[in-house]
Amino acid sequence: MLEAASIDCVRQGRSLFRALSFSLAAGEALRVAGPNGCGKTSLLRILCGLLAPAAGEIRWKGSRIGELNEEYSRELVYLGHAPAVKDDLTAAENLRFACAFAGMAVLEVESAIERFGVPANTPIKRLSQGQKRRAALARLVLSSKAPLWLLDEPFVALDAPAARLVEGLVSGHLAGGGVVVYATHQEAQIPGRVISLDA
Amino acid sequence: MLDVSLGILRRDLLLALRRRSDVATALLFFLIVASLFPLGVGAEPNQLRAIAPGVIWVAALLSSMLSLSHLFADDHADGTLEQMLLGAAPLGVVVAAKALAHWLVCGLPLVLVSPLIALQYDLPGGLHGVLALSLALGTPVLSLVGAIGAALTLGLRGGGVLLSLLVLPLYVPVLIIGAGSVEMAAAGQGGMGQLLLLGALLAVAAVFAPWASAAALRISAE
Repeated sequence: MLEAASIDCVRQGRSLFRALSFSLAAGEALRVAGPNGCGKTSLLRILCGLLAPAAGEIRWKGSRIGELNEEYSRELVYLGHAPAVKDDLTAAENLRFACAFAGMAVLEVESAIERFGVPANTPIKRLSQGQKRRAALARLVLSSKAPLWLLDEPFVALDAPAARLVEGLVSGHLAGGGVVVYATHQEAQIPGRVISLDA
Repeated sequence: MLDVSLGILRRDLLLALRRRSDVATALLFFLIVASLFPLGVGAEPNQLRAIAPGVIWVAALLSSMLSLSHLFADDHADGTLEQMLLGAAPLGVVVAAKALAHWLVCGLPLVLVSPLIALQYDLPGGLHGVLALSLALGTPVLSLVGAIGAALTLGLRGGGVLLSLLVLPLYVPVLIIGAGSVEMAAAGQGGMGQLLLLGALLAVAAVFAPWASAAALRISAE
């Protein structure tokens, strides 16, 4: 479903990786590994179309993502370094607006937040870093319809139960025929291929 | 598409409600600048009436610029902007919704208090409507054009100064035509021509500015 054809990445005049190719079928996971600064985040940003590769192209179901535009955006969930939650809004409000941006029907917001154990009606700025991260990850519960998940450091700042919960969601998504690409330093119990970027 | 733009509009208004001080800053700035002039210039009614359109318009323009740098910067910092770039609606629609929210929060209050300021300058009652109408047509143009500048300077250090330098030349026609409409009305010539021109500017800005800022956002977000 997702295919990267010999992509190069150059940031600030420095070449991060060259001629990177892989292809993922439905139900497959890819873990991006490597030391800090090796281009994991850049690779994920290239995969979701936020960043243009210096060379090569990304194809989704056979079409180049540049030609698909919003059609491609609707198929993917991107969880970036920044949690994309507003400090002044509550977890429920944040999740509701995130669904609205993604064009998803807003259902079961409360139960999604409950699963992650975040107070639903407290402004995010009064929560801890880990709880903020949990509130951001609650999006995954509602995103099962989007086939492609791109997760940048999903386990950072999470305690063990929350990390297990994310692993469970990812495994469930893979079992349902989804595709997941994630970058992490932590050991995760998710079967799948590993791609190593060198610094 | 409508759902997405309504969602963004509602979110930005809700955020403005939670952070009332930001909203108050733009309005207070406008009130303070417009109120200081009569104190500094002196209470000569003819003089005040003559400078009123220009002073009120300049105050509105500066107050609108004051809040521009926040338009995308906050969303950029917490990662929400990336989600909007990857959203289900075209980015131009997102930008248009954000510019509308900016105007509702920073522009509309100025329009509503303008009759009060007009009293301070002893403008005759017939001109209050023209002043409010010129601001109602002109301030949305400031928000829309300002969005282009805010998108271009996103993530730059010292972006605030650059933003002012970028958008000021584009603001000048709005200022001249807006203040001109009130002056023409004061001279007994109606000022309708200038108001129509402002309306035309608004139509052009509403169509083109969102796409221009969308293109700029894509570059800045890389």
